[in-house]
Amino acid sequence: MLNRLMIMSLLLAAASLRADPPSDLKAFRAFFEQRFANIEIDDHRDGAYALDAAKREQWLSMEDFPPYEIAIEAGEALFAESFADGSGYVDCFENGGMGVKQTFPRFDVGANTVQTLELAINECRKAHGEAPLDYASETMGALTAYMAYTSRGETFAITVPPEGLAAYNEGKAFFYARRGQLNFSCAGCHVASAGGMLRAEILSASVGHATHWPTYRLKWEQVGSLHKRFNECNEQVGAEGLPEQSASYRNLEYFLSYMNNGMTLNGPASRK
Amino acid sequence: MAVKPVKMRGKLAEGVAEIKALMPHPMETGTRRTEAGELIPAHFIQEVMCEHNGALVLRAEWGTSVSKNPYFAFKVAEAKAGDEVVIRWLDNLGETSEGRLTLK
Repeated sequence: MLNRLMIMSLLLAAASLRADPPSDLKAFRAFFEQRFANIEIDDHRDGAYALDAAKREQWLSMEDFPPYEIAIEAGEALFAESFADGSGYVDCFENGGMGVKQTFPRFDVGANTVQTLELAINECRKAHGEAPLDYASETMGALTAYMAYTSRGETFAITVPPEGLAAYNEGKAFFYARRGQLNFSCAGCHVASAGGMLRAEILSASVGHATHWPTYRLKWEQVGSLHKRFNECNEQVGAEGLPEQSASYRNLEYFLSYMNNGMTLNGPASRK
Repeated sequence: MAVKPVKMRGKLAEGVAEIKALMPHPMETGTRRTEAGELIPAHFIQEVMCEHNGALVLRAEWGTSVSKNPYFAFKVAEAKAGDEVVIRWLDNLGETSEGRLTLK
């Protein structure tokens, strides 16, 4: 009995040792390099617009005068506002918050949780006696749009310290798990069926899913976060959504961002 | 809520100016409700006027079917560098704003 337990625990340990983030990333990229042999991995940061010439043309003409411009300007003004205690966002981030978005999400070892940019913004506010922002608000959207804009051209280099491995694996499990009435997983559409059609839309690849946030979706008429998009996906497969910035979504964002390591950030972006 | 100016871009080619404008505006239809269930009053751009060197060249009547922060593009004929294009809007609450562009 004891022998069997020992063997089982050894096997389990071996299994988790095999699945490490760098190996996952290599396999992930290799899949998409093979599936989309004519497209550079980095080009997938434009999502479906990297896969369809006609859609791309329409999107590029919109980019000429992008709808998120208003949010960037609003964000710049909001970012410069001081808190009641005289400090500001510049005091909470490296480099005054300019060009730091590509370092999020990160694993906060002290708090034992994944820290996204949105979470960091509210933590900053809390530390200086300000009320937190609603994660779905236009104010949060404007702030993250501005910060994303200053990180355009930067490269994702997300790290997973040993303490963060559990969160990374939770995010990975979420990505591959089926959910909802339609019993679809993220991977089902955005890995296995990437490039295929879902009704009238082309399914984008998961590589590039974390680079372009926050995003102005025309149907939202405002800038929204990646977690808002997670909720839309959940809704679309008939699964229950979660509050933005809940642990599961932050872990999923952690996994997705790691899978986008090496890619160029291009937020904020506009989408249909 | 402070009224924001109209953002404009213009491209001049062979005497025709292609003007693109982005107008920050809530464009409320008057049929949406707050979380508490109260109706959000209608607040939308009703009239858009465009002037080319002071002369009215375009007048549009808009309604509630136009989305928030409208994007509006149009062409102006017989345009040359140095011309001024002005876009002005008036909404149902009497608020107004404008944008000015000098063609290059």
